Amino acid sequence: MVTASNSTATAAAAVRVERRWRRAREDALLVLLSVPLVLFLTLPLLALVVRAAPVDFLSNLFDVEVAQAIWLSMATTTTTLLLTLVLGAPVAYLLARRRFRGHAALDTLIDLPIVLPPLVAGIALLLAFGRRGLLGQQLSILGVDIAFTQVAVVMAQLFVAAPFFVKAATAGFANVDREIEYAAALDGASSFQVFRMITVPLSGAALLAGAIMTWARALGEFGATIIFAGNFPGRTQTMPLAIYLGFELNLNRALTLSAILLLTSFLVLFVVKVLLRQRLQAWSQ
Amino acid sequence: MWTLKRGYLLVAILLLAGCSLPGLSANSDAKNNVTVFAAASLTDPFRDLALQFEADNPGVDVVFNFAGSQQLAQQLAQGAAVDLFASANEAQMRAVIDTGRVTEGKQRVFGGNKLVVVMPAENPAGLSTLQDLAKPDVKLVLAAKNVPVGDYSLAFLEKANSSPQFAVGYEEAVLSNVVSYEENVKAVLSKVVLGEADAGIVYSSDISPDVAGQVARISIPDSLNTLAAYPIAPVSDAPNLALAQKFLEFVLSPAGQAVLAGHGFIPVEEMD
Repeated sequence: MVTASNSTATAAAAVRVERRWRRAREDALLVLLSVPLVLFLTLPLLALVVRAAPVDFLSNLFDVEVAQAIWLSMATTTTTLLLTLVLGAPVAYLLARRRFRGHAALDTLIDLPIVLPPLVAGIALLLAFGRRGLLGQQLSILGVDIAFTQVAVVMAQLFVAAPFFVKAATAGFANVDREIEYAAALDGASSFQVFRMITVPLSGAALLAGAIMTWARALGEFGATIIFAGNFPGRTQTMPLAIYLGFELNLNRALTLSAILLLTSFLVLFVVKVLLRQRLQAWSQ
Repeated sequence: MWTLKRGYLLVAILLLAGCSLPGLSANSDAKNNVTVFAAASLTDPFRDLALQFEADNPGVDVVFNFAGSQQLAQQLAQGAAVDLFASANEAQMRAVIDTGRVTEGKQRVFGGNKLVVVMPAENPAGLSTLQDLAKPDVKLVLAAKNVPVGDYSLAFLEKANSSPQFAVGYEEAVLSNVVSYEENVKAVLSKVVLGEADAGIVYSSDISPDVAGQVARISIPDSLNTLAAYPIAPVSDAPNLALAQKFLEFVLSPAGQAVLAGHGFIPVEEMD
């Protein structure tokens, strides 16, 4: 009896040790396999930050044109994000919850701006909303000129960046457990209450990821902006445009601008992720 | 476990493919290639020159990178492997000489260019003189000041400002009409051709036959204009120096100069 229980104990211990070893081997392999891409992504970013001298960094941060570009980028990307949430959520909900003729076509249409080179997106926007564009002609008669304005900057960002949120939100809405929604509806919640109190919190992680992707893509937007909105300091010159034109004028200035863009993006993304993740965890409990 | 093995196999295949695909290697060792970095304004004439050069020298391939001169100068400074550099101004050639990629004294002027004001053919702002550029609410597009043509455009406004034929405050009034500073001269022309801008300032050579019908123009007198001199030079560590030299000489030859003149450039012998 004693020997038998001993042997089961040792056998169980052996299994535990074996399991731990296996886990350790998997961890080591996983880390090893992750290293190449992480290094590849980090090294160029690190090179940018290292090359941008701290003195230049500070003096450039307080340069009027740089400050204007940072402010313009923040204002336009925030507007783009808000518009995306308001206009994108219904499309995502439609795609996630309804089956209809043309569903696949609509879904693919949303993919297109992601695939399209941004320069082409800029030309397409001009052909639609420019002074001689499909809709622009009518707008022009009404005295509305969009090209070369901040409205054009936001439209360029919305065109290339909104699909990221719509894709993520569609997946998020589709994964919500419908039983919980039915239960809430049975308890007397209106459709909008169900959406706001059940659907949105339960798909929160996906919505957040999509919103971040959209914001990040809008912040980096260059090609469509320079074609559709042009380049005017303080009016349409966002950070990426300032960097591109700075690159040709003065490499150091472009480097510090890039470092500023990188650090601001990192800080904003990091803070938003940490803060909202906590909120989300509190929510889902 | 064997999915992992398949993973290794995939990685191995990708690595092998990366090593063996000729297109992926950055250093093409083709002996008959000549790589030319040329200003965006040279796109059309240099393509024509290359066609003739390739016809005269069977087996030779001329490879171009067209962009703003300042962008090309930066790429050269960062070590791009290039045989020839053709700039739209002295300043960017000077910048490249300063980095040591081009030897001082090797650069030769091969042509010239001057500025012209262009409008969409239907001329929505009703412009007919240079003075009209100062009218309120004209949408003017210029090249950015770091692009040679943008620099010359500002120089024109400055000269006009101190000329008695122009009203006091002309320069300021025109500059307040600028809605965009474009990254290169082709972008300025595109905005005008598309009708987004009421006017723009470009090189006379930019008005190629296929857009000539879509734009109206106002010429800028020589006294206010800047004659842009285009320098060309072989890169000192050119992978294919002999061929680079040969192409340079072809550009300067009567045949080459005729091609340039056909595209609205001013031949060397007509400059000063």
